[in-house]
Amino acid sequence: MDMKVGKKKLGLKEKYQHMTRGLGWETTYQSMDDVFPFVKYEGIKIHDWDKWEDPFRLTMDAYWKYQAEKERKLYAIIDAYAQNNGHLNVTDARYINAIKLFLNGISPLEYMAHRGFAMTGRQFPGVGARVACLMQSLDEIRHAQTQIHSLSNYNKYYNGFHEYRHMLERVWYLSVPRSFFDDAVTAGPFEFMVAIGFSFEYVLTNLLFVPFVSGAAYNGDMGTMTFGFSAQSDEARHMTLGLEVIKFVLEQDPDNLPIVQQWIDKWTWRGYRVLTLVGMMMDYMLPKRIMSWKEAWEVYFEENGGALFKDLARYGIRPPKWLDQIEKDKDHISHQAWATFYNYAAACNFHTWIPTDDELDWLSQKYPNSFDKYYRPRLEHWREEAKKGNRFYNKTLPMLCQTCQIPMIFTEPGDPTQICYREVDYKDNKYHFCSDGCKEIFEHEPEKYIQAWLPVHQIYQGNCFEEGVDPTAEGFDPLSAVLDYYHLAQGRDNLDFEGSEDQKNFEMWRGMATKNA
Amino acid sequence: MSKVFIALQTNDDTRQIIQAILADNPHAVCNEQPAMVKIDAEGSLVVRRSTIEELIGRDFDLQELHINLISLTGNVDETDDELTLSWNA
Ligand SMILES: [Fe+2]
Ligand SMILES: [Fe+2]
Repeated sequence: MDMKVGKKKLGLKEKYQHMTRGLGWETTYQSMDDVFPFVKYEGIKIHDWDKWEDPFRLTMDAYWKYQAEKERKLYAIIDAYAQNNGHLNVTDARYINAIKLFLNGISPLEYMAHRGFAMTGRQFPGVGARVACLMQSLDEIRHAQTQIHSLSNYNKYYNGFHEYRHMLERVWYLSVPRSFFDDAVTAGPFEFMVAIGFSFEYVLTNLLFVPFVSGAAYNGDMGTMTFGFSAQSDEARHMTLGLEVIKFVLEQDPDNLPIVQQWIDKWTWRGYRVLTLVGMMMDYMLPKRIMSWKEAWEVYFEENGGALFKDLARYGIRPPKWLDQIEKDKDHISHQAWATFYNYAAACNFHTWIPTDDELDWLSQKYPNSFDKYYRPRLEHWREEAKKGNRFYNKTLPMLCQTCQIPMIFTEPGDPTQICYREVDYKDNKYHFCSDGCKEIFEHEPEKYIQAWLPVHQIYQGNCFEEGVDPTAEGFDPLSAVLDYYHLAQGRDNLDFEGSEDQKNFEMWRGMATKNA
Repeated sequence: MSKVFIALQTNDDTRQIIQAILADNPHAVCNEQPAMVKIDAEGSLVVRRSTIEELIGRDFDLQELHINLISLTGNVDETDDELTLSWNA
């Protein structure tokens, strides 16, 4: 880009001051408490909103200028990608399944982020904070829309992208990312900022957007690289906002510390659980691998997060809880997740498979402490069974964690042979959890989490069949009734990659792209 | 000392920016990855407008960085002339 830079009249700091200070006022017709009804109930005390600083000091004129440039670049590439049948340049069609997961599972959260920041901005009495929330809210609707445009390109050629909105509200595993964001937007404004602005954006999104999107580029997927890095270019601003929120709130009043610490503990754990999906995408779904989940975790969480929490120690903040478990889990969670999706491939809108020998070797090398001992033999066993015509599809529904909604697939910290179960009796019911983290989060707000819409419970209660379906009828097949409810076509959207329509089409189209016949 | 980093897309716009950052931060390490670079530096890192302007031969507004920025860590301080990333501990 070659932008003209005019002679400035005001410096950046002065300009930001003029644009974000003194614009609000104390209301008199209605009390401030009535105008900003949610700003006090969480217990956070703010004495001086003018102490709020946006380190990038972005004002709307600059915002539009740079966002417009990002959009121009993005759509030029997306158009070129579509016109050139860029999807046929990806390493192989298995890769597309990672994008199904991303665009169905993550992109709708962008829209919820947009709503969340709009609502939060409305609730803050400080102008600086409102302007920052406004910009992030606009960024997030941009992310949602650019990702919907990207989805529509893939949807022309591959299965599982149709009706992403319908699926988001129904398909079992999509309740994991959806409930994560629903939890955040139904919290108060300060908790939302700590949940999404800090814990998610600052501590965790690097793992989603940086190594995974770089991995998309490595696998020849210009479409994903482009929407991914375009979204991430806003993320640097979001991360900085997230860090500023924490510093601002902690500097305002010493009473804020324990509240903020509890939110950091909760939301780091909640976000970490959601990222299990990303771990699996990196280790199993990118045919050309860029780094393992474990390596990415070490760089982006342990190294960066470590530096961050060392810096925040001056406010009395300590690193998030359950880090000792997280540290042990990094050898395991991606393998445990892939095994689960392999099991439940009949109920998914994407395909799974057994990695090739090369890929198994790569995993053995990247996970010397765990893969050969616990996970490789099982994958090889499934491969043998599949060769004999017994591709394993689990038809028993799993128990879900009441908090994170992930099936109970995780193992005891320190014993990968033992599934971790926790439970709590609350009122007349027993609730189940995948971990100490999820259990403690529930115990802190049981009235919130008992309302969770758990897909497996809903299926068993008969709430996941199309209208008019009679589960007591002779020959009733629950799985196919649930697939109808999800709007998934048996044999087309689900099952193993081997033999799928995606596999056949990709082979045929790639052949057409390179030969005349 | 903790490390800060800045990650940028690799394209024609960022070639000189990366060069300028490396020139202004002799302690920084440049990590090339598919479609991006990640520049790591102990303690702090500074992006200086004047160095970029010298290399690209035109005026540059530091906020133009946002277009090709992927990620960063550290406390941010931005003025018209410099963007600084640093940790206090
Ligand atoms: Fe976003
Ligand atoms: Fe859980």
